[in-house]
Amino acid sequence: MRKRYIVLTAYIVFLLLPIYWLINMSFKTTNEILGGFSAYPREFTLDSYRTIFTDPSWYGAYINSITYVLINTVISIVVALPAAYAFSRYRFLGDKHLFFWLLSNRMAPPAVFVLPFVNLYSAVGLFDTPWAVALAHTLFNIPLAVWILEGFMSGVPKELDETAYVDGYSFPAFFIKIFLPTISAGIGVAAFFCFMFSWVEMLLAKNLTSVSAKPIVAAMTKTASTSGYELGLLAAAGVLTLIPGAIVIYFVRNYIAKGFALGRV
Amino acid sequence: MNKVVNNRAWWLVLPVFAMVLFNALLPLMTVVNYSLQETFGNNEFFWSGAIWFEQLLHDDQFHASLLRQIIFTSIVLVIQIPLGLAIALCMPRSGPWVSVCLVLLALPLLVPWNVVGSMWNIMALPDIGLLGKAINSLGIPYNYTRQPISAWFTVVLMDVWHWTSLVVLLCYAGLVAIPDAYYQAAKVDGAKPWAVFRYIQLPKLKHVLTIAILLRFMDSFMIYTEVIVLTGGGPGSTTKFLSIDLVQKALGGFDLGPAAAFSIVYFLIILLVSWLFYTLMMRDEAK
Amino acid sequence: MAEIRIDKLRHSYMANPQSEDDYALKRLSLTWQDGGAYALLGPSGCGKTTLLNLISGLLTPTEGTISFNGRDVSHASPEERNIAQVFQFPVIYDTMTVYDNLAFPLRNRGVPEDEIKTRVGEIAEMLELTRTLNNRASGLTADGKQKISLGRGLVRSDVNVIMFDEPLTVIDPHLKWQLRSKLKELHLRTKRTMIYVTHDQTEALTFADQVVVMNQGEVVQSGTPIELFEMPQHTFVGHFIGSPGMNVLPCEVRGGRAVFGGEAISVGNGEKATGKGRTEIGVRPEFISLANSGIAAEVIRVADAGRFRIVETRSHGHLVKLLVKEGEQVPTGQTFLAFDPEHTQIYEDGWMAGARR
Repeated sequence: MRKRYIVLTAYIVFLLLPIYWLINMSFKTTNEILGGFSAYPREFTLDSYRTIFTDPSWYGAYINSITYVLINTVISIVVALPAAYAFSRYRFLGDKHLFFWLLSNRMAPPAVFVLPFVNLYSAVGLFDTPWAVALAHTLFNIPLAVWILEGFMSGVPKELDETAYVDGYSFPAFFIKIFLPTISAGIGVAAFFCFMFSWVEMLLAKNLTSVSAKPIVAAMTKTASTSGYELGLLAAAGVLTLIPGAIVIYFVRNYIAKGFALGRV
Repeated sequence: MNKVVNNRAWWLVLPVFAMVLFNALLPLMTVVNYSLQETFGNNEFFWSGAIWFEQLLHDDQFHASLLRQIIFTSIVLVIQIPLGLAIALCMPRSGPWVSVCLVLLALPLLVPWNVVGSMWNIMALPDIGLLGKAINSLGIPYNYTRQPISAWFTVVLMDVWHWTSLVVLLCYAGLVAIPDAYYQAAKVDGAKPWAVFRYIQLPKLKHVLTIAILLRFMDSFMIYTEVIVLTGGGPGSTTKFLSIDLVQKALGGFDLGPAAAFSIVYFLIILLVSWLFYTLMMRDEAK
Repeated sequence: MAEIRIDKLRHSYMANPQSEDDYALKRLSLTWQDGGAYALLGPSGCGKTTLLNLISGLLTPTEGTISFNGRDVSHASPEERNIAQVFQFPVIYDTMTVYDNLAFPLRNRGVPEDEIKTRVGEIAEMLELTRTLNNRASGLTADGKQKISLGRGLVRSDVNVIMFDEPLTVIDPHLKWQLRSKLKELHLRTKRTMIYVTHDQTEALTFADQVVVMNQGEVVQSGTPIELFEMPQHTFVGHFIGSPGMNVLPCEVRGGRAVFGGEAISVGNGEKATGKGRTEIGVRPEFISLANSGIAAEVIRVADAGRFRIVETRSHGHLVKLLVKEGEQVPTGQTFLAFDPEHTQIYEDGWMAGARR
């Protein structure tokens, strides 16, 4: 028993070390960083964070990222809900083929889509807006959301629907007032995964924007390459990107295992 | 569940269908289109047949990155699947610590991919990074920007850090779903821990393991951001994987044809391997 | 095989039980003979599964001891106790064949392969599994799987006791009866001690020589099916066993007789009654008959139940049910009831007057 907890603890320490190191760096001055190895900040400073919160090209990038992540999550869920319902309740012409075609998009390397997406979104005039990134990410998130939601919906007995119709509910009223609250856990899990993918993806987000909608992930690579060794700033920006993720995990912690338990991720 | 045949359900699927069509079909058509044509700029295109595909098949650079990709994906799978399974077996089955462990384990999954790269960049710097300093002080020369072996080691370690949690979470969910009676029966039957693992846990985890392997195969085969931030594909092109190669070709050159052909071959490899693997794993179940 | 002695056993799932209510199983002492067929009967949550798991060693008791043949095993593991258990949901090893499933407990104990072959052969014969021995166990139906679980217990020739935790829950109704008679037959053939946990009185009464009725963590009565039927020690047993259950009517005790609705009624345990506490008469519908004089009642409803009819009457404001044989006349309206004094008891605070507690 004890041996197992030692292994588990060791693994979690391994997970936390790089995060600690990132936080450690973010509180150091540039001089200290370049001065040599130190396991904790000797001259504790908030300078890097101050820069990020005062420079619009930094905090603007955060706002851009959050904007497209939220747009993407909302669109993906809203669109996926009725589709998942259709897949879980009905058989219709080409349903299986459609389902597998949707899922096959999850297997497409984003790198394949970079160039055509740039062309496509430039053509429709959305290039360099949060909408371009949000819509591009739906290609991967909608199939995922449909898959997760379909799993949760299949767990709800069909009798629920039938009872509601007998009680005189129309389809939209039933769907919104009865069905959605029943599968709220599933919506939470699906939203979590949409949020997650959209938040962590960089390749498309970077290439579909240039100046006005530049996301934080792109702003960071720029710092890394152009301004040389501003490691403190880079670390601080990195730390700040962990926060939304941590908050989201905290809220869905009880559903994570459940979502995974369906074997649908 | 018995499903009702109802073609009006198409109306419910229509929004998804339209969006994915817009996002997937148009770009894919563009790619196919480019892959069969040749351009000299000015929006003039000429039919070129399968020439780009033929060229790709004889392209040493493509062969090299494909080989690197296969080696990388294999190493990653060989490490992450057993490790993830082992960690999941170490997890407590109930109690207040479960949530804490789950949250900590899920943390790497929510770090933006470029931040993962930056994080390991900082971590692995030979002089001021925790990892780099530690290895060098053991007397092992380590510099991931110069030595291919160090670079590979760092990239693999980073991917293990980043993605093993996904395998852990999947396996853990599978383990929790095994009814207590199985463990009790095994106790009563006098089964040793190894037999419990071999005859109860492993068979019950088959489904989630299939999914874990599939997801890890796909995602590691598409790896781009973390590596580009950490090593930029270097030193030289020793960590240049397929996606990095493709993006360089697509965004760097004027010739869209070769990149488009590359894209198609790349996508087809992933589809084919995933399909083969899934069918093989699920064949037993159908019986 | 072993005689099982349970001495002052108590169990709580809490770390620090404070009051009596914290105990899932209240203090209990019992002795079970070697080779007997026993049933633990009670509603869900009465503590019967707790008791079962304590005996099998899946749980360690908070207090008290369990001994097999005089050896204290309270803290021994299930393996050391050498018991077998069949669970509510069939547990089989999916990837193994039926043969390997049956051989599994023997292989874990290092029994030589040729001996395994003979044992498994015998057991498979007994359970009618011989034809499917080489099939994958996962392909079997629920009753087949449950037979395998049982078989894994039977193959070991030295098991102290085989325990069943509601084993027929997931079995189709028409197969339940078959499997039940199979169990009874196996008990007669193998003479193993068997303990059968259930909430179904039919299963318990047909299987066991001795039935232990539990309620709210306590044993309310332990006895043969006949004793439980004729002499319920507690009104709970009266209600729980028998269909319809025992009539329980409030009464007063006067001079060794029960007085119900102003009518003095002769009872079996009159001289033992103290008249203290809440006093009630308990009488089963089987032991009430229609009469020309006696306790006045009014017939409300007659329901046909096959070989007999259930007559519902109202007497002095209380519902009284009785059974009437097929073909017998049932009057409408006013009538009189007679209680069989041999099988009519006085209960005080739920317990039969004079019963050992």
